[in-house]
Amino acid sequence: MASESSYYVPEQSRLPIFATVGLGLTAYGAANWVNGNSSYLFMLGSIVLAGVLWAWFGQVIKENMAGLNSDQLKKSYVWGMGWFIFSEVMFFAAFFGALFYIRTFALPWLGGEGDKGSTNMLWQGFEATWPLMTTPDAAVNGDAAKIAGPNAIIDPWHLPLINTILLLASSVTVHFAHVFLKKDNRKAFNWWLFATIALGVAFLFFQVEEYLEAYQELGLTLESGIYGTTFFMLTGFHGAHVTLGTIMLLVMWCRSVFAGHFKKDDHFGFEAASWYWHFVDVVWVGLFIFVYVLGS
Amino acid sequence: MAHGPQPGFKRWLYTTNHKDIGTMYLWFSFAMFFLGGIMALVIRAELFQPGLQIVEPEFFNQMTTMHGLIMVFGAVMPAFVGLANWMVPMMIGAPDMALPRMNNWSFWILPFAFAMLVSTLFMEGGAPNFGWTFYAPLSTEYAPPSVTFFIFAVHIMGASSIMGAINIVATILNMRAPGMTLMKMPLFVWTWLITAYLLIAVMPVLAGVVTMMLMDIHFGTSFFSAAGGGDPVLFQHVFWFFGHPEVYIMILPAFGIVSAIIPTFARKPLFGYSSMVYATSSIAFLSFIVWAHHMFTVGMPIAGELFFMYATMLIAVPTGVKVFNWVTTMFRGSMTFETPMLFSIAFVILFTIGGFSGLMLAIAPADFQYHDTYFVVAHFHYVLVPGAIFSITAGVYYWLPKWTGNMYNETMGKVHFWLSFIGLNVTFFPMHFVGLAGMPRRIPDYALQFADFNLIASCGAFLFGASQLVFLFNILRTINGGKKATAEVWEDADGLEWTVPSPAPYHTFATPPVVK
Repeated sequence: MASESSYYVPEQSRLPIFATVGLGLTAYGAANWVNGNSSYLFMLGSIVLAGVLWAWFGQVIKENMAGLNSDQLKKSYVWGMGWFIFSEVMFFAAFFGALFYIRTFALPWLGGEGDKGSTNMLWQGFEATWPLMTTPDAAVNGDAAKIAGPNAIIDPWHLPLINTILLLASSVTVHFAHVFLKKDNRKAFNWWLFATIALGVAFLFFQVEEYLEAYQELGLTLESGIYGTTFFMLTGFHGAHVTLGTIMLLVMWCRSVFAGHFKKDDHFGFEAASWYWHFVDVVWVGLFIFVYVLGS
Repeated sequence: MAHGPQPGFKRWLYTTNHKDIGTMYLWFSFAMFFLGGIMALVIRAELFQPGLQIVEPEFFNQMTTMHGLIMVFGAVMPAFVGLANWMVPMMIGAPDMALPRMNNWSFWILPFAFAMLVSTLFMEGGAPNFGWTFYAPLSTEYAPPSVTFFIFAVHIMGASSIMGAINIVATILNMRAPGMTLMKMPLFVWTWLITAYLLIAVMPVLAGVVTMMLMDIHFGTSFFSAAGGGDPVLFQHVFWFFGHPEVYIMILPAFGIVSAIIPTFARKPLFGYSSMVYATSSIAFLSFIVWAHHMFTVGMPIAGELFFMYATMLIAVPTGVKVFNWVTTMFRGSMTFETPMLFSIAFVILFTIGGFSGLMLAIAPADFQYHDTYFVVAHFHYVLVPGAIFSITAGVYYWLPKWTGNMYNETMGKVHFWLSFIGLNVTFFPMHFVGLAGMPRRIPDYALQFADFNLIASCGAFLFGASQLVFLFNILRTINGGKKATAEVWEDADGLEWTVPSPAPYHTFATPPVVK
């Protein structure tokens, strides 16, 4: 491989240390904020971090366009993105694992079933059901309970079904965008990518609708016991990832439309964003099955 | 590529060089080792005799917590990443790490994260006091306000680890010199590749569990609250799903270091190279299905107890393969006993002791007796101190001449070894006895019957701590001078890192070597 003698090792760079300052301020500021103090540090940190990442990606794009990136270096980015997505998979696995553990083991035990059912002594009268409409607290303390269950839950066959169709469709459209990019059909690429972004935004819109319904009409909140906890944490982190994915795709769209970036055989930025998009889609399918359908 | 390092502090802030970054990781780790060590000495000073002498119980709990967190996340893990940074590119004939700027970012997050963590000591309500395993509800309902800072510190440490691990995977898979096939890679590279996968798989789970804590504490969720239908035991499952692979993250690279050193000083190739690779992979796989052996007494169905007991015992098989291979490598070798070799041999013997006590703890019915006693403390300190720490020390002595161009002082190295060896055994061996006799861990005071062994252990701890100053002094002296080292450094060392001059030039293998 001829490229191996020219692996591009960048010169010294200010980006990482500034990114560290941004991330450090964000983390420290977030802790400060959550603990009831001001949010300024968090805001400042987020702006610094976002700005540095903007500059950093810009730098990488410039280097690629200047021809500094060998095939081998591009492969490093491919490995990097692939394993980053795997790490995200494991993050969701923790929350899915929590859901399965609660439903399969912890709740039935609390309800008096099986090997460890003796814990029911502490919550007499509690019955394990899923979705959990009456928490152990509510079963014992009635109206005085601090953690009461929800009044109703989201029906999977309305908004969630629409969202499933939207997101599955968006995986198809982003694939078509890729196909047209490889055929060097810029116009079709832009339109298909635009369609994907629109589907992503529509998904987020319905997700917000769903949350409003849950909070305002169903009494389904983060504080409504373990059902609301797992429901909002899983769908919420997914929604955050859809938001990030939509931003990624939007950036790719802007790069294509306004800056004419990407070549038919050199467009890993777009490809990475599309991988990420497929990943959030797969997570959604898992959510639809395990949280919405099997959870109702 | 042609440029050398810039003068001044900017070199360290802006660097993209794997050697600079490796050096920073190693110094950071060493600093954290001393900080965590001082906390250990506070603990041992308090336990020198029964009764409360020096610190309040509340502060004692903060010390055990911070000692554990700092040693695991601040000392051991960054030391291995530092060694990987220095050695992996040189061992595989690569010009640098695959993603050099991200490499710098991974490092610099750490000082920020630990500044944040250590700053909790000065906060209202004190530092985290719930043990390094931060079990809920101690770490949620009953935690000091500083737990929020702990949570976000863990988040960014995790980000650093994931980026570092991705970098190592990309480097190893993508940057090997022509001819360097996977099964020709030095074992240190192999063990780090597998470790990196473990990191990518479990650091996000750690992020998940601290996020659940954050939500329970501040946003009213019920993950770990039975009142809302959750379960505090859920915390332990998610934590140990991270925690057990984490244990191997701290020992697999150690296996790699020892597998490099023993053949050099036995003057024989490593016995059973491919079985070493497969054994390491098996250990990594098993690490994902044994986590609940940390929770035998918490209340699991009998099927769970049995599954996790037998799965845990299985780990002894690949580990036994490794110990067998190290011993067989030494068998009938022309052995010499330079400092790295002394630390490596001690590693093999003492790590095996730690492994055997682990096997004892793996027996679920017996664990009901040992659980949360000093026997557990003895066990994991035997795998971490003469395991992880000794291998890191051995690696530093082994490669220091390559890094600095100077030989370290052998006599001082041997003094360091023997003082450490004696110190650690005096510290941790008696803990087996007090543990079996029933002394619980994480307590500032204890029954009189445990007094003698605790006194001995505390003496050993101060000896061990003091002997690390010899190490520090030896390193500083070697950096500043000493006998010049040759490129090979050691008589019969194998590997690409010994083909470049000592000290290794700022950039190595800009043109990849060809490996036959």
